[in-house]
Amino acid sequence: MRTVSKYVFLDLLKNRSILVYTAVLAVLSFTLLGLDGGSAKGLLSLLNITLLFVPVITTLFSAIYFFNSLEFIELLLSQPVKRTRILLSEYGGMALSLSAAFVVGVGFPLTVMLPVTASFVLIITGVLLTFIFTSLGLLIFVLSRDKTRGIGAAIIVSLFFTLLFDGLMMAFIFTFSDYPIDRAVVAMVGLNPVDLARILMLLQLDVAVLMGYSGALFKEFLGSSTGSLYAVGCLGLWTVVPLWLALRIFRRKDL
Amino acid sequence: MTLFRSILLLLLLPMGLSATVIRTGPGSLLQHALDRARPGDTVIVAPGHYLQHEIVIRTPITLIGENFPVFDGENKYQLFVIAASGVCMQGITVQNTGRSSMIDMAGIRLQNAARVRVSNCKVLNTTYGIYLQNSKYCVIENNEIRSSATDELQAGNGVHAWKSDSLLIRDNNISGHRDGIYFEFVTGSAIIGNVSTNNVRYGLHFMFSHNDGYSRNTFRHNGAGVAVMYSKKVIMTGNTFSEHWGDASYGILLKDISDSRIEHNTFARNTMGVYMEGSSRIHIARNTFSANGWAMRVQASCEGNTIETNNFLDNSFDVATNGTLMLNAWRNNYWDKYEGYDLDRDGTGDVPYHPVSVYSILSERIPSTMILYRSFLTNIVDQAEKIMPSIIPDQLRDDSPQTKKWKL
Amino acid sequence: MIRIEKLTKSFGKFKALDGIDLSLEKGQAVSLLGPNGSGKTTLIKSILGLVIPEKGDIIINGQPIRNHPSYRAHIGYMPQIGRYPDNMTIEQVLHMIKDIRQGQSVLDEELYVSFGLDKIKHKKMRTLSGGTRQKVSACIAFLFSPGIYILDEPTAGLDPVANEILKDKIAAECARGKLVLITSHVLSDLDGLTSHIIYLQDGKLMFHQTIEQLQEQTGETKLNTIIAKILTHADRKQICVS
Repeated sequence: MRTVSKYVFLDLLKNRSILVYTAVLAVLSFTLLGLDGGSAKGLLSLLNITLLFVPVITTLFSAIYFFNSLEFIELLLSQPVKRTRILLSEYGGMALSLSAAFVVGVGFPLTVMLPVTASFVLIITGVLLTFIFTSLGLLIFVLSRDKTRGIGAAIIVSLFFTLLFDGLMMAFIFTFSDYPIDRAVVAMVGLNPVDLARILMLLQLDVAVLMGYSGALFKEFLGSSTGSLYAVGCLGLWTVVPLWLALRIFRRKDL
Repeated sequence: MTLFRSILLLLLLPMGLSATVIRTGPGSLLQHALDRARPGDTVIVAPGHYLQHEIVIRTPITLIGENFPVFDGENKYQLFVIAASGVCMQGITVQNTGRSSMIDMAGIRLQNAARVRVSNCKVLNTTYGIYLQNSKYCVIENNEIRSSATDELQAGNGVHAWKSDSLLIRDNNISGHRDGIYFEFVTGSAIIGNVSTNNVRYGLHFMFSHNDGYSRNTFRHNGAGVAVMYSKKVIMTGNTFSEHWGDASYGILLKDISDSRIEHNTFARNTMGVYMEGSSRIHIARNTFSANGWAMRVQASCEGNTIETNNFLDNSFDVATNGTLMLNAWRNNYWDKYEGYDLDRDGTGDVPYHPVSVYSILSERIPSTMILYRSFLTNIVDQAEKIMPSIIPDQLRDDSPQTKKWKL
Repeated sequence: MIRIEKLTKSFGKFKALDGIDLSLEKGQAVSLLGPNGSGKTTLIKSILGLVIPEKGDIIINGQPIRNHPSYRAHIGYMPQIGRYPDNMTIEQVLHMIKDIRQGQSVLDEELYVSFGLDKIKHKKMRTLSGGTRQKVSACIAFLFSPGIYILDEPTAGLDPVANEILKDKIAAECARGKLVLITSHVLSDLDGLTSHIIYLQDGKLMFHQTIEQLQEQTGETKLNTIIAKILTHADRKQICVS
């Protein structure tokens, strides 16, 4: 399995889109961090970029790549190996190379220019998001019949998590603000990996303000390590569950 | 302050000149030695563990501990009472006073005394550490005052001063009390260079105390840093306030304060840097507010305050308020969130800055919305509000925001 | 070597394979023919395990293939369209396949050399023409000297020289007692290669006969005329020959 991952990884490292992705991230990181001379402001801009770019690019790119590799995957499957192993290898190679792009593009500038805890949390968060949205890309690939539909689904899924979901949640909070909805809100957040990633960063950058709200939600959840643990746990599930589903479906899929 | 100190020293110096030195050890009662001593004598206490308490000093003597002799109140008693003027006490460990709700149990109590100096003492695990009542010209210096209070009701204060005047509280290290330093009806006094941490309520608490000042102190991780209430002419300079976290946690809490100055302080990582209500004519300048939840909360009951030439950096929210009326002047501050331009390059932005963000108002009405803070959506809301202000108080604005950080 | 029993597969309402029974033996060169959508690809993919059958069994070397990927060690597959990761070189692709099939030490690199791939092994797959990619595919299929070859349109896109090399290779392997299963639209390419013909239509097996039998029945020698004759005949009489 490691062999296939290795070759996929090496192939993707030379992929033009990945190189452009890395370069764009690096340029953005250096500019944003350079503008503010090592304050948290640049970090916040980078957070916004991470939360928008990583899901969209990762889902789209991985889905397209998987569809383009369909014939090659078939060839690999005609070898005496298990289907799940091939798929897992493809996933591993993809997730690793996209993570590498993120680490080089965002992680490296951050480590050089702003080596604080929050920066490292952002790097880890970005890598987690990459793994999650590669999983989702894989799931889309496994579920879709053809490439066109798959790409459509990838766009919808990534936009849903980056934009639409928050809008729905905002509507929910405003509509039911007179009721005790704290728990429901926390549960809802677990349904969106982008929000979870954002909250992980929020707990780094804004503990002071989060502690200022009365009410159980912010005291128990956001104000303590419980919040971080919850977010990391959910993000873990977001990586594993789509991947597991994709493997399961792929085992019985007709190619 | 140096002048004040020199005068104090001059007053205290003659005491030691014609002195006899009395030595005492664990075997005998210190009270006997103290009673024998004549004014100006020096009593030296040998190292050891003294289970002696309610020791009253009635003559102006110097009491010196050798290698920190320990006076232990066994969690039942008070320890030292200084009831004479001109007493000097140093190098003694005082520990384990009783806890009572009837009387305020103190490690060292100054009663109607003047020109008393308590220095280099360790006051450990006491309800009240050093308690000054009705005293004047006293110096409390270089003491370590530690306790481990967990709730407000049972605990006392580290340095407690009541109805006193001209005190100097300097370079003490105070932690684990209800209030680190407490002033009630204390005037003309100075609090300098103390470190007050982990106190349950406030690092420093002023009530009805006028014409006082505190400088170069560090307040960290207390219930709140400093509370200044119902006082006038308080000067607060060069202090550091950090890590006061919680829904009623502030760097400084100002309540009904007037004609005061808050300058050159640093407020870092507090839930709220400065909270002010009912306060007027306060000059807040050249302070640094960084990484606080809210840098300042200025209630509508405040008027005539001037907030200028401060740096606001990396705060979640810069300013919060509860009304739309604004009778305070904001000018020449540096706001890192300012996104305006400076066409004439004079270092002052050409469009005003509104320090109250719409999301801070929104989240105050519905705290649950904080879970969406810093999301793409909320950024859009903030941007939209910047273009067409509708919720934020338009009068609260800095017409001359700086484009470069002040070097403070 | 390959035994297929009552193999049935449908995609939705469409029946791609309908109760296929087949038995293929060593040394045979079997041509799999049929119009588009007749189930050729589905049949091949079923044998390769890429399509999971609904009913029926596929038995290879006496072993049912369900959930046992190890049987594929006996198969060399050359796909119709060879698409490879863009930035891998020919050498890397071959290395990768070898890595996957670790333990198979006897390597048949004849085609690698005769196609001249060893001279361009550092070229990236992206830069190769369709024909060259076909050569790489062929190379991979023959690399491990398996007992069974499944070649899906092997000659499409190959230049005449390469075409001949491949045909010679197929014939040689056949002679060594291997089973070769070929689909092709270019019937003339199969002339002189095939020993058996399998004809599928609408997912059903129309006939499975040796080339001699067919020549005898039709009195023709050329493969495409044989097929044309049978089809017109079958059409007219509406019967299946088997």
